[in-house]
Amino acid sequence: MLVLSGIAVVVLGFALRFNPLLVVVAAALVTGLTAGIEPLAVVELLGKAFADNRFIAIAWLVLPVIGLLERGGIREQARRLIARLHGATAGRVLSVYFLLRQISATLGLTSLGGHVQMVRPLIAPMAEAAAERDGPLDQETREAIRANAAAVDNIAAFFGEDVFIAIGSILLMRGFLAQYGILVAPFELALWAVPTAVLAFLIHNARLWLLDRRLARRKSGA
Amino acid sequence: MIKLEAIYILTGAMFAAFAVSHAFDRTNSRRWRSTVFWGSFAAIMITGTWLPHLISGALVILMAILATVGLKPGADTTTDAPTREASAAKLGNKLFWPALAIPVVTVAGTLLLPHWRIGAMPVVDPKQVTLVSLALGAMFGLGWALRLLKSDGTTAAHEGRRLIDAMGWAAVLPQALAALGGIFAAAGVGKIVAALATDTIPMTSPTVAVVVFTCGMALFTIVMGNAFAAFPVMTAGIGLPLIVGKFGGDPVVMSALGMLSGFCGTLLTPMAANFNIVPAAVLELRDRYGVIKVQAPTAFLLLFFNTAMMALFVFRHGPP
Repeated sequence: MLVLSGIAVVVLGFALRFNPLLVVVAAALVTGLTAGIEPLAVVELLGKAFADNRFIAIAWLVLPVIGLLERGGIREQARRLIARLHGATAGRVLSVYFLLRQISATLGLTSLGGHVQMVRPLIAPMAEAAAERDGPLDQETREAIRANAAAVDNIAAFFGEDVFIAIGSILLMRGFLAQYGILVAPFELALWAVPTAVLAFLIHNARLWLLDRRLARRKSGA
Repeated sequence: MIKLEAIYILTGAMFAAFAVSHAFDRTNSRRWRSTVFWGSFAAIMITGTWLPHLISGALVILMAILATVGLKPGADTTTDAPTREASAAKLGNKLFWPALAIPVVTVAGTLLLPHWRIGAMPVVDPKQVTLVSLALGAMFGLGWALRLLKSDGTTAAHEGRRLIDAMGWAAVLPQALAALGGIFAAAGVGKIVAALATDTIPMTSPTVAVVVFTCGMALFTIVMGNAFAAFPVMTAGIGLPLIVGKFGGDPVVMSALGMLSGFCGTLLTPMAANFNIVPAAVLELRDRYGVIKVQAPTAFLLLFFNTAMMALFVFRHGPP
């Protein structure tokens, strides 16, 4: 029971808005110590676990490219492109991105997207530019549109990738059930992900339509 | 054979360049904090395989302390708005190609690299093809962008540092969380939580078992930050013994909708930093939880739907 104090550190730390990196490192140390591991061995365990997960940092290799392109005006170009499109709204821009991202994820192409490569340089500026056509945006609205762009990237990928038969989650489920002597075809698991994928599309696009309505009301109210 | 080790060194070298860029930035009174923070991270990336784990652990603790004391972005050396507008007008849609080339090369590499062999030996470690392809995509995009903008490596390092500064400590949070997950697993936290759930809630009816299972998947994912960590624990604790074993449910429906319920939890938790906290930093939102707040209504509706779907269809073949 005492080893659960690490979870308590996480919940309290996030709730009280301590620095998340400090919270996570503290939770790791507390969990190790309450599990009865020697202090120095806990630090060792933390170092090993951190080094073992270095593969996560590889994604940051795109930073210099994106930084350079921003210097060259990629965000401005994304805005110019949308400004020329009639009928473009923030919600519609994000709906189109949702559709493209979800379809490519169902084909296993989850790397076609991402917050650093796609959302920051392209999708967020496009959505902002579409909303800006009827007048300038205040900071709060601008951030709300950006947060929506990030959410679309996540939701479309999560509820698209599980329809692809060779994705990590399907393989994990299949492997886990096989340990218990239950053999299932990946295709069956993927099939049962389809209704949720369809509903995720409907729910979230309805919410994007509501976002557009809110943005339109803000304009007419101003 | 190209293994991940080479890519770690490449990534570490990039972070070392960020650290150097900070060290030479005399306009920033707190440049040493950022220099030491990114320098420590670069050291772990490059030498992590053979550096004593005690030292890696100490560096991680040092980074957490520096992050708490506060990192300050370095001097902004990027172009101003009129210059960028002019550049966008001149280069037009050509600016998009290097960015779009990254995912295209990644996907192409993932599909093609496993077949590239010299003799019987694969050129790229088959288990690491996706990550090696991503690194190739990034390098390819960088080369293209440098040519297009007639720029140089130093500028690329400064621009990369500008972006990493916008994120600050959030950029290493996913890796720290993955390490925490490893320590949770070593300490047996998952099993204790599952035992708590099964012992305290009387699961006498199939529907109750389904509700506890899907909500448990979501909650456990919120705590662990990862549906993949929640799935084995919840399925071994509730899914297989109760829904499948006792009440005769279909393991396929149980697993598929259980995992999707976990994904709903992923949308709700700062512990899934990669998806929720990092983008808030990437997009420079003032509210750290801004992305989670947008996702919450969709996540709750989908969790409800998954639960209803499972309750309706998991027992469709009747009791055992």
